[in-house]
Amino acid sequence: MAIIETKDLTYTYGTGTPFEKTAVDHVNLSIEQGEFIGVIGHTGSGKSTLIQQFNGLLRPTSGTVLLDGKDIWAEPKKIRAVRFRVGMVFQYPEHQLFEETVLKDISFGPSNMGLEPAEIEKRARDAAKFVGLREELLEKSPFELSGGEKRRVAIAGVIAMDPDVLILDEPTAGLDPRGRDVLLSQIVNYHEVRHNTILLVSHSMEDIARTADRILVMNGGKAAMFDETKKVFARGEELERMGLRVPQITKILAMLQKDGYPVETALTLEQAIRQLMPLLEEGGRTHG
Amino acid sequence: MVRDVTLGQYFPAKSVIHRLDPRVKVILTFLFIVFVFVAQNFAALLLMIALEVCVMASSGVPVKQYFKSLKAVLFIVIFTGILNLFYGSGEPLVTLFGFMQITWNGIQNAIFIAIRIMSLILFSAVLTFTTTPTELTDALERIMKPLKVLHVRVHEIAMMMTIALRFVPTLLEETDKIMSAQKARGADLESGGLMQRIKALIPILIPLFVSSFRRAYDLAMAMECRCYHGGEGRTKMKQLHMAARDGWAVAISVAVCALVIVLNVLMPAIL
Repeated sequence: MAIIETKDLTYTYGTGTPFEKTAVDHVNLSIEQGEFIGVIGHTGSGKSTLIQQFNGLLRPTSGTVLLDGKDIWAEPKKIRAVRFRVGMVFQYPEHQLFEETVLKDISFGPSNMGLEPAEIEKRARDAAKFVGLREELLEKSPFELSGGEKRRVAIAGVIAMDPDVLILDEPTAGLDPRGRDVLLSQIVNYHEVRHNTILLVSHSMEDIARTADRILVMNGGKAAMFDETKKVFARGEELERMGLRVPQITKILAMLQKDGYPVETALTLEQAIRQLMPLLEEGGRTHG
Repeated sequence: MVRDVTLGQYFPAKSVIHRLDPRVKVILTFLFIVFVFVAQNFAALLLMIALEVCVMASSGVPVKQYFKSLKAVLFIVIFTGILNLFYGSGEPLVTLFGFMQITWNGIQNAIFIAIRIMSLILFSAVLTFTTTPTELTDALERIMKPLKVLHVRVHEIAMMMTIALRFVPTLLEETDKIMSAQKARGADLESGGLMQRIKALIPILIPLFVSSFRRAYDLAMAMECRCYHGGEGRTKMKQLHMAARDGWAVAISVAVCALVIVLNVLMPAIL
């Protein structure tokens, strides 16, 4: 069953002024429960505006967002309940920390939900574990932590609300390569344990290729493509015209394919190696 | 949203008022505001208003903008007006609740004060509409230069003003972002009593403070990297030059102000 569905979703900035701009233009899509969706699109393609409508931070100019088949704006006063179900981690989320201790900051979301103190603490500790925060950090001030640790605290703050849908806007931006890899595998692990729906916005095609079941490509406010990861990355030339690209390894295999080598497309290094190794051994004999 | 707040009100146009030297504009605006209060009767005040209308008409800024700036002070105008209604002397026309008396003199006072406040606002509006914040601080720096004798650090003060103005839009944007992020975590900013609302601001103000300090450090570092060391021996990229129109503006203004004094002497004072 579709957990998030949009119908002719349109958002226009600055209606009635000379600066009027339609950022999201009649988008129709449907996201299934438990899917891992990658969202790509170059800067200004409308992806941020789109995702901010999923949890009711922005109210659509026209069209609707359905959560479990219900219009989220049916009762505007209950929009907070939607925000608890659709968790959103913004870009550079470490800038939103404010509490005295890490544990208290992670608890901010759950306590806004009005849960029991024991439940709040349990959720906060669980969330901290998911993002790999060591126990001894929990009583520290968030401002004493390193950049990567702060980022984890902020992400844990959203995970602690136990949302059915988790939206992450470039969670790995500005992290070092190892930090990126670790954080990404923690997100994947979280997805596997909780089976919730995840939307990952990223400029890193490698990250998307590694994690997403399906990819939503935004271009000029429209949903240009929305398909399985492999199928989207098979359309490399179209993507390049939109200012995007495919993972490098996918491109290499596509070029080999063009030259007549018997390979299929690959999204990760491992997939590519599995195809290329036999070719190399064989190639020693036939092409040599 | 937060972004609707207008602080820098500069309205781009190519009028003669826009092209006046900002130093002249600042000094003349100050002079006019003083003379709105020097004017002691309706004739003198009317002269100031006539000048004001002429300046506004030649500023190239739509009347709508001026009305908007008046709307912001509407409450103060009405409040002081009503207060003055009851403080006049002479024969009471109406008596409310037995002790509040409205006199003909009180009505005159109320109208007079209301017009004074409004023309005060309009004169300063002309300045902010036709002068960019940078020009404004530049002019203030030049005007305050003599204070250096008293060891006032004029350049530093002007630089602080410029930086503050520069960061207003940036901080507004930042506030917007932080508000969204906390709302996404279920922060409730719209309901509850006064105390609750103040408490709800904490998750927004603290990150805002932290990021302001971070920006300040970054900026200080960037300025030092470019060898900034205060005003000593520093030259200006845009030199201010007086032109003939500045002379005319000063001459006309002085003439009007002189006339105000003459009218003050010739006719009885209102207040």
